[in-house]
Amino acid sequence: MEEFFQQLTNGLAVGGIYALIALGYTMVYGVLKLINFAHGDLFTIGAFLGLTLLTTLGLSDHLGALAGVIALALMVMILVGLIGFLLERTAYRPLRTSPRLSAVVSALGASIFFQNAVMLIWGARPLVYPHSILPRTAVSLFGMEVPVVRIIMFATSVVLMLGLYYLTHKTKTGTAIRAAAIDQDAAKLMGIDVNRVIALVFCIGPALGGAAGVMVGLYYGQISFTMGWLYGLKAFTAAILGGIGNIPGAMLGGLLLGVIEALGAAYISIAWKDAISFLVLILILIVRPTGLLGERVANKV
Amino acid sequence: MNTRTLALAAICLLFAALPSFMSSYWTDVLNNIGLYVVLALSLNLILGHAGLFHMGHAAFYAVGAYTTAILNTQFGMPVLYSMPLAGLLAGFFAMVVARPIIHLRGDYLLIVTIGIVEIVRIALVNDVFGLTGGANGIFGISRPTVFGFRLRKPEHFFYLIWGFATVTIFLMHRLENSRFGRALNYIKEDDVAAEGSGIDTAYYKLVAFVLGAFWAGMTGTLFAAKMTIISPESFSFWESVVLFTIVILGGMGSIRGVLVGAFLIIGLPELFRDLAMWRMLVFGAAMVLMMIFRTQGLIPPPPRKYDVVAYLKEAVGGAR
Repeated sequence: MEEFFQQLTNGLAVGGIYALIALGYTMVYGVLKLINFAHGDLFTIGAFLGLTLLTTLGLSDHLGALAGVIALALMVMILVGLIGFLLERTAYRPLRTSPRLSAVVSALGASIFFQNAVMLIWGARPLVYPHSILPRTAVSLFGMEVPVVRIIMFATSVVLMLGLYYLTHKTKTGTAIRAAAIDQDAAKLMGIDVNRVIALVFCIGPALGGAAGVMVGLYYGQISFTMGWLYGLKAFTAAILGGIGNIPGAMLGGLLLGVIEALGAAYISIAWKDAISFLVLILILIVRPTGLLGERVANKV
Repeated sequence: MNTRTLALAAICLLFAALPSFMSSYWTDVLNNIGLYVVLALSLNLILGHAGLFHMGHAAFYAVGAYTTAILNTQFGMPVLYSMPLAGLLAGFFAMVVARPIIHLRGDYLLIVTIGIVEIVRIALVNDVFGLTGGANGIFGISRPTVFGFRLRKPEHFFYLIWGFATVTIFLMHRLENSRFGRALNYIKEDDVAAEGSGIDTAYYKLVAFVLGAFWAGMTGTLFAAKMTIISPESFSFWESVVLFTIVILGGMGSIRGVLVGAFLIIGLPELFRDLAMWRMLVFGAAMVLMMIFRTQGLIPPPPRKYDVVAYLKEAVGGAR
């Protein structure tokens, strides 16, 4: 039971990260029907930018741990959001009317470009986040010891996700995003500037991914230029699990995948941990391609 | 014999003479290109002709290479004898995994095939059935012999690999113009209409997939023979990406395009070895630019002129 509870909290903490990255995939897919392969690399860029800002600005020394981390996350979110915006302008917008495959290849190219840019800027060796920033203590919860870091991670993801939910479901901008996701042409006729909506989606998604990158750095300590690929694929699995294009679905899918993976690693085999996620991906696509919460067209043809 | 055939024959002869005045290093580069030509052509059957977004081709390549490596090191089977078995096993594996997913739409299929290639890689790293040697792979694969002659140097492999490539090019060319090839093209253009006119699209797609995998499996044998050491690293997702890129940049469904693509993507970076750090960066940027400015690839296949009525009659009459 102790073991199960530990794995559950670990799964929820990691699942929160998957969920944040998954939101970027699901939003882009919702509006453009495009798998943004470069999204995982934007997440990596977030992690590396975070480390650089953290060490050069000494944020946590000036502001204290909590405020420092929040300021760091905000800065990274803005920078990565900007990169996402530029990415859409250069690699995706010219291909808006081309065959779908062209955009997929362009996304792959962008992914390779970013991954190697990170390698050239920060070097090929893994880098280490200073490990003293977040408290390494544990609190007892329902009689079990739970590391505080996990609670902070989980709470941060939940706050960001709630923020996004508020934005997309309670504001005018959010209505525009959802309208563009349903039918771009109709949205245009209603006076929505679809280009602006897409640009916005490409800022918000990467910003959340960048925040996830910082969280991974703070949680695991080690970051490497290739990590975006695996996290990206898992986050995409999470997005499909929840129903791609569906924002609450991505949140649910992320948390669920985190828990499945943590329990799988504990009770089946840690060596097969990644394979379990991919198996979930394949099974979901075979059995229920619309995902758990997806109700939009089951286009299986 | 017309001048075109003569010119082609001359080029082939010149090409066959290359190893005699090239260094072993560059001959080896040519051998690599040859392997990629075959692999990319086998992927072209699936991606270019049937229009299936398949990014897991390295998985079938791996099954072939590991089959050869295991049969050779564990059971002492001569390398080249294992080639048909490697192909069959890869094809069988493809049939098992593709059956339930072949109907998936474009990018869903793409993502599933990525999942498959990753699962295969993880299985190889985890030393599945205690046969694959884990992360270190399998070493000590013996050199192949052809009519009692032992192939050791790149110059020897050149003829084996490019001989196989020539056969592949010829067969792919025949296939392209066969009824099967035309049915695939029709499915790629519009699979709802193809289904509607009586073509069993799922069956044709599956056959294309299995055939492509079979060919990739046989190429795996050549790879194992050439390297004598294989490890899971050689069959990662990025291997699949490279193959995918060759087909797309060369021109989907175009044999000449795939040839040019393989030379450019595998050969060109060798010329810029000193800039190795930068080449992947340029490669990524080039992929984006290429899609923006030349979506169809470098050498798109020639437009096909169909007599639609005659074609449909044939297709309906011949459909299972």
